[in-house]
Amino acid sequence: MMEESVLQAININKYFLDPVRFRVLKDISFSISKGSFVAITGKSGCGKSTLLYILSTMDTDYEGELLLDNEALHKKNNAELALVRNQKIGFVFQFHYLIEEFNVLRNVMLPAMKLGKYSTEIIEEKAIQHLRMLGIEDQALKNANQLSGGQKQRVAIARALINDPLIIMGDEPTGNLDKKNSDIVFGILKDICVENKQTILVVTHDPEFASRADRIIVMEDGEIVN
Amino acid sequence: MKNPLLLNIAFALLRARMKQSIVAAAGVTFGIAMFIALVSFMTGLNKMLDNLVINRTPHIRIYNAIVPSKTQPIDLAGEFVSSRNFIRSVRPKDEGKQLYNAARLIKAIRADERVIDVAPKTKTTVFFNRGTIQLSGIIDGVDVELEQKLFHMEDYVIDGNIADLGTVSNSIIIGKGLADKLIVKVGDLVQVTTPDADIAMLKIVGVVQFGIAEVDDVQSFASLQTAQKLQGKPASYITDIQVKLKDISLAPAVAKEYAVLFDVDATDIQTANAQFETGTNVRNTIAYSVSITLLIVAGFGIYNILNMLIYEKMDAIAILKATGFSGRDVKTIFIQLSMVLGVVGGSIGILLGYVLSVIISHIPFVTQALPTIKTYPVNFDIMYYFIGIGFALITTYLAGLFPARKAAKIDPVAIIRGK
Repeated sequence: MMEESVLQAININKYFLDPVRFRVLKDISFSISKGSFVAITGKSGCGKSTLLYILSTMDTDYEGELLLDNEALHKKNNAELALVRNQKIGFVFQFHYLIEEFNVLRNVMLPAMKLGKYSTEIIEEKAIQHLRMLGIEDQALKNANQLSGGQKQRVAIARALINDPLIIMGDEPTGNLDKKNSDIVFGILKDICVENKQTILVVTHDPEFASRADRIIVMEDGEIVN
Repeated sequence: MKNPLLLNIAFALLRARMKQSIVAAAGVTFGIAMFIALVSFMTGLNKMLDNLVINRTPHIRIYNAIVPSKTQPIDLAGEFVSSRNFIRSVRPKDEGKQLYNAARLIKAIRADERVIDVAPKTKTTVFFNRGTIQLSGIIDGVDVELEQKLFHMEDYVIDGNIADLGTVSNSIIIGKGLADKLIVKVGDLVQVTTPDADIAMLKIVGVVQFGIAEVDDVQSFASLQTAQKLQGKPASYITDIQVKLKDISLAPAVAKEYAVLFDVDATDIQTANAQFETGTNVRNTIAYSVSITLLIVAGFGIYNILNMLIYEKMDAIAILKATGFSGRDVKTIFIQLSMVLGVVGGSIGILLGYVLSVIISHIPFVTQALPTIKTYPVNFDIMYYFIGIGFALITTYLAGLFPARKAAKIDPVAIIRGK
């Protein structure tokens, strides 16, 4: 374990208050090293998604410490966290969440335009590169709702990649897809991990998907069991 | 780089709900257009009504009031200084109506920088005779040129030519009511009897109509010289000095100052026509409150549509936040969205308001009271257009602010996990 750690969780606790106070996550501590492909798995309701949203910085209502790229996240305010998400984290959800008003290309470009690090032309070129890598370059100017489910999910991956994030997080990224598309998406994520040395963290209840990851974290009742 | 992006997103969201966006903008358009048309029309009417009085009324009138002497002879008697004196049946003092030293007074006032100009006047009552009929009337001896310059008298002369009053000797311009009763027209001679029982023949060179029956039935005008001759008075006989100021609001103060300075009586227009300002204020208040109501209604329309849009676009908002847009960015998007509706709706509203005003200003409006006015009066003051657009921006900003704050607070986790 000499490798550099990208994401580190120390004693994370999380409570649901409604309908009664309930401890969802119990002293979760682990660290993820750079360039690894990690799957969090477990039964429905074990708290794996809850953990992911805490790690993703979107849920700030928890106890414990969280370090991303050696930066403490639990001390930052919402605007700073938004910037962290923009720069360092890419998301792929179960549902694609493409914005229907924009075409595919604009959807992919959006996070990079927000970051504003490059000019529009460079961003467009990068977006097309990513789409090409994912095999959907020809769909670039179509509207999001004209695409098939598998294609939409690949657009969502392209969007997650656009800012070259340190870590890509997925919440059941293949949950809505059939076997074939599911394999394609897994292949893409694996390629990104191997070729770009980007870290992948995926929550899934699909044991087959999980078994193909470098490392599997199994959760049960809010605790890491393996 | 950042703001055009947010504006782009706002435009995209607007395009997605084109129909509602148009309806919302139309609400603003309607509100602003009505505001401009209404205020322009109302203030146009106000101005016209004000001018009805202000054009014809001097800002300050200097005259000799008929009053009893303030100091009675007994007050001057040394032995009664410490006593209380009672005098009954005091009569007004016969000083005559003449202003003493009128020519020098006029010169002094004309030199005052606050004054536009000064017009002398001599007023006398006469009887107009026609066969056996005698009608009482008033002849104002006026300086023809100054009367036109200060009181736009030419606007009210409906027949004949006002300039003839100065050039034709023994000429008169008589009121419309008077002319109708005497059955005379321009070019006829009319016989008048003065209070001192002198009889004179005057040539009618014009007919004047102010639109107020009581005035038109008695009022007539002659030149200053003709009026003085009629009364057998010298050229220095002036009963009124009429003053027009550059700033009408100074009238009360200046009137007081002149009264003291020249030891005469002076009244100002505000005191003479106090009820007038009240009417103007009430009309303005009505116009503004109706317009503001319209705009508030338009604002609620925008508020509703934005609220709906936010519920519909929850997913988009959630993903924007997940990919690094902050709450403030989301708020900016929705406020910009609302402001776009305000700017577009408001601009069209201003155009529409102008068009409506132009249409109103072409509607025929013929009234006995105002011989020079043929169409409805409209005040095309650029000020109202600025107020209109300012109002559109403020209402749409406020209408957008509350939904935008709601959107900013949306928790992306709740939306994304809910699927």
